[in-house]
Amino acid sequence: MTANWQGNGGLVAATVLGLVLLLALPQIVDPVMMIELTSYVIMAILALSLGLIWGYGGILCFGQSAFFGIGAYAYAIAVINFGDSTVPLLLSIVVPGLFAALLGYFLFYARITDVYFGVITLTVTLILYKVMGATSGSQYVIGAAPLGGYNGIPAVPPLNFPGRPDVALSFDGLFYLSGLTLLAVYVGLRLMLKSRFGQVVVAIRENERRAELLGYDARFYKLATFTIGGAIAGLAGCLFANWGMFISPDVFGLAQSAQVIIWVIVGGTGTLLGPIVGCFAIQWIATKLGAQQLLNANLVLGTILIGFVLLVPKGVVPTVGDAFRRLKFRPYVAPLVEQRRVP
Amino acid sequence: MDLLVVLSFEALKAVASLALISVGLAIIFGMMRVINLAHGEFLMLGGYAAIVATKAGINIWIATLLVSPLVVGLIGVVIERTIIRFLYGRPRDTMLATWGLSLLLVGLATTVFGNTTEGISAPAGSLQIGDYRIAAYSLIIIVIAIAVFAAIWAVFRFTRYGLIARSTMQNADMAAALGVNPSRVYAVTFGVGAGLAGLAGGVMAPITGIVPTIGAAYVAKAFITVIGGGPAILAGTVSASVMFGAIDQIITYLSTPVIGEVALLVAAVVLLRFMPQGITGRFFRRAA
Repeated sequence: MTANWQGNGGLVAATVLGLVLLLALPQIVDPVMMIELTSYVIMAILALSLGLIWGYGGILCFGQSAFFGIGAYAYAIAVINFGDSTVPLLLSIVVPGLFAALLGYFLFYARITDVYFGVITLTVTLILYKVMGATSGSQYVIGAAPLGGYNGIPAVPPLNFPGRPDVALSFDGLFYLSGLTLLAVYVGLRLMLKSRFGQVVVAIRENERRAELLGYDARFYKLATFTIGGAIAGLAGCLFANWGMFISPDVFGLAQSAQVIIWVIVGGTGTLLGPIVGCFAIQWIATKLGAQQLLNANLVLGTILIGFVLLVPKGVVPTVGDAFRRLKFRPYVAPLVEQRRVP
Repeated sequence: MDLLVVLSFEALKAVASLALISVGLAIIFGMMRVINLAHGEFLMLGGYAAIVATKAGINIWIATLLVSPLVVGLIGVVIERTIIRFLYGRPRDTMLATWGLSLLLVGLATTVFGNTTEGISAPAGSLQIGDYRIAAYSLIIIVIAIAVFAAIWAVFRFTRYGLIARSTMQNADMAAALGVNPSRVYAVTFGVGAGLAGLAGGVMAPITGIVPTIGAAYVAKAFITVIGGGPAILAGTVSASVMFGAIDQIITYLSTPVIGEVALLVAAVVLLRFMPQGITGRFFRRAA
C-alpha cells in the first residue's frame, strides 16, 4: 500500500514490454506459429489464475481446468443460443465464478486441509469430464446447443463486436484480444495484490492462524481469491473456445489439469511472471513433443513434474530471481501446513 | 422379491469393489500421510500384470491374486525408495510428485502396451436367481474383498510386522530408539499399499478391461472413499464404501452410472462440510 516506486516501475516496464511484444510478434512470427502462440497466450491466462490461487492464496487447487472448461462450455452454449457474444462472454466469467464460489463455500467453510482440497477439486474435474462425456444423445440439448458427449460442440461462433453479430473477431484479432487480456489480468492481479485485500490474502497464506487472530476471516478471503481465480480461468476458457471454435470434455481431463499444475510449478509459485513463463516453456516443449513419435508426452511431462518437485521445488523464476538478488527479502517459501512429524 | 435380491447383491458388489480399490490408498494415506495420486496407475499396472501373466499361460487365479500384488508391491517399494522417501512431511510436494509419477506411468504403459484396451475373460459363469442372472464373478469380488479386509486386520493386529508398523506410524523416533528401522518400515508399508492396489487392479481387470488411462476412472472414487472414511483405515474404508457404494448404486439404478458418480461426489462434499474429519473422525475416534 505504501508507494513502492520500484514495484510500480517494474509494473510499468512489464506493461510496456508486453505491449511491444503484442504489437511486434505478429510482424516477425510466421502465421502457423501465430496460431500456436495464440493458444500459449490463452493458456498463460489460465496459468495466471492458478498462480493467484495457489501461489498467493496458498490454496492447493488441482482442478483449475474445471473452471476453464465451464467457462468454455458456458460461452459456447450461450453464444449458439444468443447469436450475439456480449452476454456469453460475461457468462463465461460469471458461471465459473459462481461455481467456484459454491464449491469453495463447502470446502473452505468446512476448514478441510489443503491436501483434501486438492483431492476434491481434482475429483470435481474428473467427474465433470464424465458428465459432459455422457451427454451424447440428442436429448442433451441446452436451447439450440447440442452438448455432443465426448465429441464436444463443434463450430462455436467467434466473439463479435458488442451488439453487432455480423462483425466477428478475426484470428489476428483473437491474438491481440488474448494478449491484451493476459496483460490486463497480469496488471490487475499485481494491483490487487498490492491492495489491502491482496495483502490480507498473502498474510493468510503466510500464517492463517495469526491472520485470523488479527481479525481477518480466512475462510472469506480464501473463498474470494478462489472465486476470482475461477472467473479468470473461465475467461481463458471462453478465449480457448474461440481459438479452436470447438470445445470437448477433454478440457476437464486429467491431462489438462496436470498441465496447469506443471506450468505453475515449473515457472514458480508465489510470482505472477512464473506461471506465464512456465506455461510458454512447457507448451513449447509439448508442441515439439507432439511433432515426434519417440517419446510419449505424458512420460516427459511426468518426469518434468517429478524432477521439479524433487530438485527445483521453488520453480524457475524464483530460483533465478534468488540468484540475482540474494540480499533482498526472500520470495515465497511454501508454508508448512499440517506439520506432522510422522513420517 | 427376486429383483430385491439382485439389487442388494449388486449394491453389495459395488460396496466391495469400492472397498477393494480404496484400501491400498487408505493404508498408504492412513499409515504414512502420503496422498498417492498415482494410486489409479498402481491399479492399472496390477491389471496389466494380470493380463500379461494370464496370456503367458499362468492360471488366471494365480495371475490376479498373486502376480498382480507382488509385481505392483515391488514397484511400490522401488518408488518409495527413489521418490517418496525424500518428501515425507511435505504433503503438497508428495501429491505433486505422485501426480508426476501418475503421468509418467501412463506414458510408460502407453509406450509399452499401446493405447488399446486389453482384456481377459472373467472366470466363473453366472448364477440364476429367480428370473435373473448375475455374474458369479461379482460374488467372487465380494468374497475377495471380505478376505482382504480380514487379512489386513489380522496382519496389523497380530503379526510382528503389524505391531512394528503401527508403532512406527505412531512415533517414529521412539520406534527407532527401540531398534526399529523406520525407513524400512515405510518402504514395506508403501509396498503393501501398492500391492493391495495391484491386487484390486488384477481382480477388476476381467470386468473393466485395461487401458493405460484407466487409473483416472478409479482414482476419483478411491479418493472420495478414503477422505470420506476418515482416519481409521479399515473402519473408515468400510463405512465410506458402504455409504458411497449404496448411494452410487441406488442413483445408478434410478438414472445412469454417470449421475450415480455425481451423486457420490456431491454426497462426499456435503459430508465433508459437516464432518471435515470423515465418518470415523466423527463417530469412532479410537477405531483401528
